[in-house]
Amino acid sequence: MPDVRTHEPDDHDNAYAGLLVNDAHWAFGTDFEDPLAGVDTTVPDGVDPATLATYCLMLGDDALVLSQRLAEWCSNAPDLEEDIALSNIALDLLGQARLLLARAAAADGSQVPTLPDSSPVPDEDRLAFFRDAPQFRNVRLAEVPGGDFAQTVVRILLFSSWRLALLDRLNQSRDAVLAAVAAKAVKELTYHRDFAGRWFLTLARGTDESRRRLVAGLDALWPFWTELFETHDVERAAARSGVGVDPADVAADVEAVLDQVLAASGVERPAQPPHAADHGRDGRTGRDGEHTEALTALLAEMQVVARAHPGGQW
Amino acid sequence: MPVVAEPEQESEAQLEARFEAVINRKDRVEPRDWMPDAYRRTLVRQVAQHAHSEIIGMQPEGAWIGRAPSLRRKAILLAKVQDEAGHGLYLYSAAETLGVSRQELTEMLISGRQKYSSIFNYPTLSYADVGTIGWLVDGAAICNQVPLCRTSFGPYGRAMIRICKEESFHQRQGYELLMTMMRGTDEQRAMVQESVDRFWWPSLMMFGPPDDESPNTARSMAWGVKTHTNDELRQRFVDMTVPQAKALGVTLPDPELVWNEERGAHDFGQPDWDEFWDVVKGNGPCNAQRVAHRKKAWDDGAWVREAALAFAAGDGSDTSSDTSSDTSDGPRTA
Amino acid sequence: MTSEIRGEWPLYEVFVRGKRGLNHVHVGSLHAPDDQLALRHARDVYTRRNEGVSIWVVRSSAITASSPDEKDPLFAPSGDKVYRHPTFYDIPADVPHM
Repeated sequence: MPDVRTHEPDDHDNAYAGLLVNDAHWAFGTDFEDPLAGVDTTVPDGVDPATLATYCLMLGDDALVLSQRLAEWCSNAPDLEEDIALSNIALDLLGQARLLLARAAAADGSQVPTLPDSSPVPDEDRLAFFRDAPQFRNVRLAEVPGGDFAQTVVRILLFSSWRLALLDRLNQSRDAVLAAVAAKAVKELTYHRDFAGRWFLTLARGTDESRRRLVAGLDALWPFWTELFETHDVERAAARSGVGVDPADVAADVEAVLDQVLAASGVERPAQPPHAADHGRDGRTGRDGEHTEALTALLAEMQVVARAHPGGQW
Repeated sequence: MPVVAEPEQESEAQLEARFEAVINRKDRVEPRDWMPDAYRRTLVRQVAQHAHSEIIGMQPEGAWIGRAPSLRRKAILLAKVQDEAGHGLYLYSAAETLGVSRQELTEMLISGRQKYSSIFNYPTLSYADVGTIGWLVDGAAICNQVPLCRTSFGPYGRAMIRICKEESFHQRQGYELLMTMMRGTDEQRAMVQESVDRFWWPSLMMFGPPDDESPNTARSMAWGVKTHTNDELRQRFVDMTVPQAKALGVTLPDPELVWNEERGAHDFGQPDWDEFWDVVKGNGPCNAQRVAHRKKAWDDGAWVREAALAFAAGDGSDTSSDTSSDTSDGPRTA
Repeated sequence: MTSEIRGEWPLYEVFVRGKRGLNHVHVGSLHAPDDQLALRHARDVYTRRNEGVSIWVVRSSAITASSPDEKDPLFAPSGDKVYRHPTFYDIPADVPHM
């Protein structure tokens, strides 16, 4: 980073003067330029690199797409404290996404979109900004349009309860990078679940209106719930080779957590059949690249500047 | 039974003298101290306007979070805009120690009775604007704000110390974005220059009208609420920015800008003050949009704030389950 | 209409222990509907950059304070409270700006 001198320090500037010297900890820590700096990215013995990469894309896309959705709250939240909290969650997920996409690229470069030879765009950004919707592997719970604050609370609760259970087990992954990402993410997701659980309870027992909105939000997202626990072939293969987790294995734990929150809040599980919207053509799901129409719109916004400058430096 | 003597009631003149003494020895005034009504009014106006500027200032940059062209830039920008929410919060808290609530201040903002910095009534038209706002707008803000760390009202000064620390990251990220873009493609370099051309004059306006047209300056300085005049700070900003522009490789759109050896400072042209007053009066490109955005967020959030209060009060035991819901008031995607 | 809802989340004071071995220090305030959310808000608002290892929050209205001066003016309102509650301080609608 260039040494930017902004003004002559004088005795009025004590609060500020020393801060230009070392701001490494301000935004994101020290290894912000290269997300995997200093990390051994060798694929473990007996693991298919393509499987590992696709598995990382699945977990990375989940985080990236939901982060994009949650960031929509920035400057729109019910109060400043909630604005800051939702941005924190979006930032945590964005950090997870960046590491996971970088890990995917390092494991199997053939899945990274090709750009003109001279392009300086790093691999994780090629994956984020130069893939089309059918190449995204996220669950559809992450992509559906935002809804109100109640629906956002429901989505964070469902998503973080599930992801926390997955990443808690991923701590033991044979892939050192995934294990390290999981160890960090578990702390973040524990907070996300706690935040959402607390607000779920608050809205359930707040006013008539908040309860009505909460129940409506749960109903709206319920069709996307069972998809989280369906095992894709890639997940099965990743689990077998000891680098991934089979989501079916965490279903019982996660359902128990959800039941606990519902019971404390006095909210019933939605009665509607969960399969109303959760399968596309031939039973394909988000993990196969089958998405709702919301994802193309989300990506159109997310990718517009990057795609206009395939040789750009940011 | 011990008798506690009632403190004698001081006269207005005695109180005023004590207040002046605190100001004169450059000590801090704290919330429970006696202070003249006019001082309190001036502070409420200034701190509120500052807080509103942080909150409204989230919008022009926030509009680009969804379109940030790299994951790294997205994280930086989101963290930056989040900081602005934090700054607004610190400042509203400082204002609250003067006896005015965040809710009241917010309502004055969305009803147009209180202002915010006019710079945020200009649109952001390209991603380069994120960099330019960091470099020029935050740079100008820092010039204004660093002296405020020593402002006479304690809570305001303490909020400013925290804010200035965080602003240093804001300015650096902006300048660094522009430097990186200048190393990129021709299109990117053109974007940077175009953005700087658009933001240069509005940035100079951020210091307020020339000293001879700034009716509040003298009194604010006497009270230690302000510590430098508008023109002093504007000069400091120009002098600091010219070499940065050169290092960046952009030109500043002022034909009168030249180093004055005699003064040891730059001479420069005057912004279009008619435009300035016009934007202040509400006729800028984005005034209505910015206030409407804030009003919508505040109004849409009313049921959430109310629900949380009801829950905290323990009376939220109703279990009606009407599921017909309108969930159309979520955040808008840009 | 927002003006119909006069209830505002109560004010909390936030104290952060920067690192082990130090006292908790007052860093600012925030609004929250209850203690638990106040703690979560404090984490998000005041420790975004790893500034703390421990947080206290306390309702501003629960703090008892000494007088600012020996001669405590009789007209100092709510003299036992550090932080005043909002009092609908009257601000003229036509205050000048900038």
